[in-house]
Parts: sequence; structure tokens; C-alpha cells
Amino acid sequence: MNFSISDFIIPTIIAVILVTGLVKKVDVFNEFLEGAAENLKTAVSILPALIALMTCVGMFKSSGGLGIITSLISPITDFLGFPSECVPLAILRPVSGSGSIAMYESILSDNHPDSFAVRVASVLLGSTETTFYTMAVYYGAAKIKNTRQTLVAAISADFTGFVFSVFAVRLFFYIL
Amino acid sequence: MMKWVFSGLVIISIIFGIINNTIKEVSNSAIMEAENAVKLTLTLVGSMAFWGGMMRVADKAGITNIVAKCFRPIAKFLFVGIDLNGPAFKAITMNLTANLLGLGNAATPLGIDAVKKLAKEDGVTDTASQNIIMLVVLNTASIQLLPTTIATLRLSHGASSPLDVMPAILLTSVVCVTVGVIMVKVLEKGYNLKAYSRKKIAHEL
Repeated sequence: MNFSISDFIIPTIIAVILVTGLVKKVDVFNEFLEGAAENLKTAVSILPALIALMTCVGMFKSSGGLGIITSLISPITDFLGFPSECVPLAILRPVSGSGSIAMYESILSDNHPDSFAVRVASVLLGSTETTFYTMAVYYGAAKIKNTRQTLVAAISADFTGFVFSVFAVRLFFYIL
Repeated sequence: MMKWVFSGLVIISIIFGIINNTIKEVSNSAIMEAENAVKLTLTLVGSMAFWGGMMRVADKAGITNIVAKCFRPIAKFLFVGIDLNGPAFKAITMNLTANLLGLGNAATPLGIDAVKKLAKEDGVTDTASQNIIMLVVLNTASIQLLPTTIATLRLSHGASSPLDVMPAILLTSVVCVTVGVIMVKVLEKGYNLKAYSRKKIAHEL
């Protein structure tokens, strides 16, 4: 037989949610439709940003500019063991959510989906957030101007994510 | 911010295209990448809608409330001097739970609501209190139990086991959040010390 523990995660979660819903007498089908419709709107609403960002990232890649930048900072990234393919993702990650999805997609199309670079990119994307956007939305809505140590603390967490993602991928895929 | 990323990248690409003699490829990208963005959305939209539906069922079934209860001890430690029965604390636990379950749409309004309530509770107007900073930093770091977007994209590119990165993501998230929390607490001490010495100097003068 050819499956792993992680193949059970999704079916188990779905089953638990649906069974709990039925026990609690939730109209699971109609509630599902409501939630699905809501996310459908979100997916469509990020499309304009994706078009803009994938176009400029794609142009930058095919101009050879991306290669120049990654080779310029490769001494630092090589030292940290950070795959140079993931550098643009790390830069864009705190700034733009759709931009980092576009970048992740481009890493996926240039590398094998089970490669070291893709795994590091996945960990990077999954463990960090769009820091600047989140700060702007939260503080903007609450009309708070003096944000004190927020930015420093948030950026420290992001930077930790960049450095640690490499370590985590090595730990789980090459050491354990 | 994004207007500079967008226009800057396009202009730099054109300049690089001329220098590197890759202007043809740059032109092709400008024409083709919009189509790729639509394809990417098509790849993502199905699973986004599916999990949106699933998580709404989970929410209605009371699973969110159970997770929120598990959060209370941690939240008590993170938010200093907060009223545990107040509306701010409830909004915080709901916001953090929504993030954990990947309910981005629900998490943001709850988080904004929590910040407003914290501002009221802490009596601040335009300056962030420590608890507000803690909440925003927790939201800029992400702990997500199920990275569905990543799994969908990896699967569409033929990954053999798209969720195999989950343990690594969880470990990294926890480390990031811990660093964020420690930084908020440590820097808060620094701020208090500075404010204290400033007050002291003012007093002595």
C-alpha cells in the first residue's frame, strides 16, 4: 500500500466537521454553500492584483533581472543555506499577499514540486503573513497612529521565519 | 507601497531587457502573464471555496468555540491585565481562532473589532497599548493548521505528497510567533524604562 499519515489529515478533518455539524443539527449543505460563496468572491477579488503582480514578476524574470539580483546576494544566501530561488518570495512576503502567491507559483513552475527550494518556499509562505498590509488594516481601522514596537517585533518574527524555514525543511526532510 | 513595486519592477524589467537583449521575452511576458494569473486563480478558486464552506460548517457546529476555549490559557498569559470576561478578550480569542482555522475573511473584522475594544479598555486613543501591539503582532505572524493554498498549488504541479511540509510549517510558525511575542514584551520593557527615565529627569529638573 502506498500512502502516508498526511494523506489521512484532510479526509479526517472533513469527516469531523461534517459529523459534528450533523450532531449539532446544522444545515451543513446550505451553510457550506454560504461559506463557499463568500470565499469564491474573495478569490475573484484578488484576481486584478494577481494579474498586475504576475505580469511584473514575469517581465522581471524574463528580462534576466531576477537572475542578476539573486546572484548578487547569493554569497549571503549561500552562507545561510537559503535557496536563492526563494529570495524574491522572502522580499515580497511581508508586502503583498497576492504578490507572494504569484512568486510561489513561479518558484513552483521553475522547480520540481518536491525540491528543497519549493519546500522552503512553502514553509516561508505558510508560516509568515503580509505584515505591512495587516498593520495598515488594523491600525488604520482603529485610527492608531503611534504603533511603537509593533513593526520591529513583527519584522523580527518575519526574519526568524526566513532563517528558520531552511532549518525546518532540513530537519524534517533530511535529518529525521 | 505597491504602486512602487509594480511600476518599479516593470520599468526595471524593460531596462534589463534592453541591456540583456531579452526585450522579446519581456514583451512575451507582458502579453502572457495575465493569462497565467487567471489560470492560477482557476487552480485556487475551487479549493478556496471548498474550505470556506467547510470552515463555515465548522463555525456553525461550534468547533470555533471549542478551539477558542482552548486558547484562553495562552491568551491570558499573552495579554497582560486584560478583563477576562470583557468584550475585548472574547473578540481576541475569536480572531485568533479564525486565523488558526484559516478563516481569513472572518479573522480581519474580528481583529479590528478587538483592537477597537482594547483601545477602549486600555483608555488609549492614537497610541497602541501593549495588548493592542500583541494582538497585531499575532496577526502579522501566522499559525495556520491547514495550509490549503500551498497544498493545492503544489498538487497542481505534481507534488507526490503536498501536505508533507505541514510539520515544518507548524514548527516555523510557532518559532516565529514566539519571537514576535518575546520582542513585544522585551521592547515594552525598553519603552517603559525610557518613559520612566524621561519622567525622572523631568522631575529632577
